[in-house]
Amino acid sequence: MPAVKQPTMKSAPQYTEFHPRWYRPRVSVYWWMGEWHYLKFILRELSSVFVAVFVVETLMLISALRGGPEAYAHFQQSMRNPLVVVLNLVSFFFIVFHTITWFNLAPSAMPVRLGGRRLPDVLVAAPSYVAWLVISVFIGWLVLR
Amino acid sequence: MAKHESNEAFFWMLFSAGGVVAAIFIPVHLFLFGLAFPLGWMQAPTYNNLMSLVRMPLVRIYLFVLCSLPLFHWAHRFRYTLYDGLKVKHLNEVIFVLCYGGAVVGTVVAAYLLWNIG
Amino acid sequence: MADKIVLEIARYSPEQDNEPHFESYEVPVYKEWVVLDALNHIKDTVDGSLTYRWSCRMGICGSCGMMVNGEPKLTCATFLSSYADNGKKIRVEPLRYFPVVRDLVTELSDFLVKLKKAKPWLIRKDEPPLSQGEFLQTPEQLDRYKQFSMCINCTLCYAACPVVGLDPIFVGPAALALAQRYNMDSRDQGSAERTAVLAHPDGVWGCTFVGECTRVCPKHVDPAGAIQQYKIASVIDWLKSFVMPKGQTT
Repeated sequence: MPAVKQPTMKSAPQYTEFHPRWYRPRVSVYWWMGEWHYLKFILRELSSVFVAVFVVETLMLISALRGGPEAYAHFQQSMRNPLVVVLNLVSFFFIVFHTITWFNLAPSAMPVRLGGRRLPDVLVAAPSYVAWLVISVFIGWLVLR
Repeated sequence: MAKHESNEAFFWMLFSAGGVVAAIFIPVHLFLFGLAFPLGWMQAPTYNNLMSLVRMPLVRIYLFVLCSLPLFHWAHRFRYTLYDGLKVKHLNEVIFVLCYGGAVVGTVVAAYLLWNIG
Repeated sequence: MADKIVLEIARYSPEQDNEPHFESYEVPVYKEWVVLDALNHIKDTVDGSLTYRWSCRMGICGSCGMMVNGEPKLTCATFLSSYADNGKKIRVEPLRYFPVVRDLVTELSDFLVKLKKAKPWLIRKDEPPLSQGEFLQTPEQLDRYKQFSMCINCTLCYAACPVVGLDPIFVGPAALALAQRYNMDSRDQGSAERTAVLAHPDGVWGCTFVGECTRVCPKHVDPAGAIQQYKIASVIDWLKSFVMPKGQTT
């Protein structure tokens, strides 16, 4: 039986010296489409793209403000473009998805211990949601008054 | 700690900070300026009202953080998504420079725009 | 509940096959039977060449992990009745992301090397004399790491983690969680020794918090949580290294 070719990478996974011919399936580049949990993970990661989109839009807004009232009006007009509105609608859903997954996962990264026992994750995540609501209302008030 | 290891901790720290800022602050901003004002659900602020807000030093610092940290969050997360999602880890130097470089460029632009907003 | 169910089992013989193929077997469904019982029934009465690992049949040895309908599971803890009720077939394959030796048996030596790298034992800088008595630990100190100590090395988490599949050098959930288990044990003084393995691009930094490892773990170890906790500890150490240049770790 022919010997199996050893991997040549310096830090390759280490196997025993004598072994039968293993079957080693390759992981397809479409691995993330095969399962809902994997797809959900990739969508969560892709939310970062929409975060970047938001930053670019905000920089454009600030640039428009520097340009004067006409530039600001022009910026507002371009925000009404249906394509831009669709982009922002999609962005909004992805960013809220980011917020919710972030708040729900943070307690397992930073467990809170009180009286020697660990608090349930739900209790640790709740203040984040409250802070989110309070800060959002405050910012809304600042901008709208 | 070897140099490479400590670098990862630094970038992950930026990613986390950016993630928190993005999670808490971006939704309301995007809702107002991306949906509510363009679609007429709420009255958009006038130029003068918005400028008087943006001129305040505290608001400028806030806007700088809002524009900078989330970009580093994107850079780190997108870099790993390219590694894992597209299996392009062999291009890691190029990806590293494009991602974090992009975040640095955005940060510099934000600083320039907000420094003397007039 | 149906009285029979079909199992589609991956078969691979290194002497004859280039890749696995599936063979179907019909087994009786009993209320208390698990997939492992079905495999034993097949091996005993239908096809003695079927090859698989198992031992305790009660979810503590970690030997019988396999993919059941695409999910990593302990076959001793997966009841036939959950599939028989739905009229589904049961597809049994070897655990994902490991080389297959034969049929349902995976090659685990790479995992064992990674596990050893994490130094999953108590490391002491000083050994107090026996006359001082045992190490004492309060319930609170135990609680800090107990969850991570429940790992049975079944490698279901490795079969669930896409990074394990994409990067063969990634240390992996169980090894990283066990390293953190010892880092958080008040009796251990070895955090600095484990840093080389943990704080490495293929250590904790390779993890992108997919969270699948935690979802499939039969002992609720939450390896993803352990890894993220180490990342935060690592960041704190990195920040401290500017204040305390001698490189003291927590």
